[in-house]
Amino acid sequence: MIVVLSAGALATVQDLGRSGSLNLGVGWSGAMDPLALAAGNILLRNEENAAAIEIPVFPFRVRFARSTVFAVTGADCAPRLDDVPVLPWWAQRAEAGQVLSLSVPKTATWQASRAYLCVAGGIEVPLVLGSRSTQLRGAFGGHEGRPLQDGDTVPIADPGRRPRSSFGLVPPGLVLACEADGLAAVRVLPAAEYECFTPASHDALWSTPWKITPQSNRYGYRLAGDELKPVRPLELRSHGIVPGVIQVPHGGQPIIQMRDAQPSGGYPKIGTVIEADLWRLGQAPIGSSIRFVQCSWDQALDARAETRRWLKNARRLVELHCSQGGGGDD
Amino acid sequence: MIAQQPRISLLGTTALLFEAPGETTLETQRRVWALAERVTRLPDVQEAVPGMNNLMIAFAEPPRALEAMERRLVELWTAVEPLPSEGRCLDLPVVYGGEGGPHLADVVAHTGMSVDDIVAIHSAPVYTVYALGSHPGYCYLGGMDLRIATPRRKVPVLKIPRGAVSIGGDQTGVSASDGPSGWNTIGSTQVVFFDVARTPPALLAPGDRVRFTVERVVR
Repeated sequence: MIVVLSAGALATVQDLGRSGSLNLGVGWSGAMDPLALAAGNILLRNEENAAAIEIPVFPFRVRFARSTVFAVTGADCAPRLDDVPVLPWWAQRAEAGQVLSLSVPKTATWQASRAYLCVAGGIEVPLVLGSRSTQLRGAFGGHEGRPLQDGDTVPIADPGRRPRSSFGLVPPGLVLACEADGLAAVRVLPAAEYECFTPASHDALWSTPWKITPQSNRYGYRLAGDELKPVRPLELRSHGIVPGVIQVPHGGQPIIQMRDAQPSGGYPKIGTVIEADLWRLGQAPIGSSIRFVQCSWDQALDARAETRRWLKNARRLVELHCSQGGGGDD
Repeated sequence: MIAQQPRISLLGTTALLFEAPGETTLETQRRVWALAERVTRLPDVQEAVPGMNNLMIAFAEPPRALEAMERRLVELWTAVEPLPSEGRCLDLPVVYGGEGGPHLADVVAHTGMSVDDIVAIHSAPVYTVYALGSHPGYCYLGGMDLRIATPRRKVPVLKIPRGAVSIGGDQTGVSASDGPSGWNTIGSTQVVFFDVARTPPALLAPGDRVRFTVERVVR
């Protein structure tokens, strides 16, 4: 069990998301950085989809009620166990009563904004419609359907396989970096209404920076930049949308749909951030600027295969390490 | 101009959007339901989600040969028989106006009609649930009388309560949980549309029909 001492704000229990209920109006939710969540679980020999705590606001502090192997992935939040610094992206044992503190992410190492506290066994909250992710709009799933609060106690499932400690992974922010003109970049496939926008809008989309405004959260990122204009006003029928869709409301400033987005909408869509780059977007800090890079279907699938390979390789390294009896006392 | 051919576009590598040609009709929607049922059985498909005369198809695994999938969809669209829309019919008692209907006056201002006329026109039809979307349990309804169509609000309201009955453009619907909305709220109902403890959790399904009954009009 974990006792939340300082919850920050909007920390939620997430897994890789809730598919199969879009037909009920229930969006996917899930980790904003699915790669960090899956990698944290791999480090701890959990299922990739085990639930963890997503932390977007710091400081964040928890106490482990019993001895637990854990890993903090995602942003480098200078984790400390009691007062001893520990490494991010590292499987580590905490003894009963020890306190883990996470502070504001360092950006000198790699730029990221969300941390994932993963524990051996995974966070044990009930499966709701097939997932442990928090559905904030519907107020179900996760921990009582809401963000964590100070004083909450969060149960941990028994680890099925013996976790090991004292080893880590190189974060994908270092090895899978994607940049354009020195800014974090995400790859985009044009969407249905792309051709309905002016040539100047196309230029702006692909060649100017887009600032992530403070009105950005798990529902969507509101961007600030050049105005994107359709050639003529567009009225669309409501249709399904997914995380990554870049909508352009009447004001001309785009909104990227994120994990808690509505599963349907009606604003014109100029493009969609490819699945392989959603984790980068999920980590892009408020106030930072990003660039959009156009890609082809084949390039998008290759990028998807690259992230899969990275995860597969991580699992191979962890299993190799464990089979050699490496690591800590477990 | 209304397209004569279905239109297929990408939503990244996550999904495809299939848009049926022509004006929005119940007949087309019944074919969309049939296509959804058929497409869900394809191996590459994770889930198929009807919208208003369109279908989003989320991939379990995005296919390398995209054109083959697109051709398959068009073939299926041509072949499918419309599903029936004779679901059950549910009455939803509504209190129009007052605290629960803060934008009824805006609909009056836009349409130039009286409160009584608007209430009579809104509560007259039997609406068909075309699709669920937006948020858990929310229904897209077809069949609103265009005389009470009112544009979405310029500035969305940050929190519309559960049960809010509203008009947005030529559509009407009921919020299933508290949340932001750009639609005009004209009344409220106490009906619970979504409860995760129920099986199924959503009160209504595509093909079901609803009728708004006048519980009270607050002037």
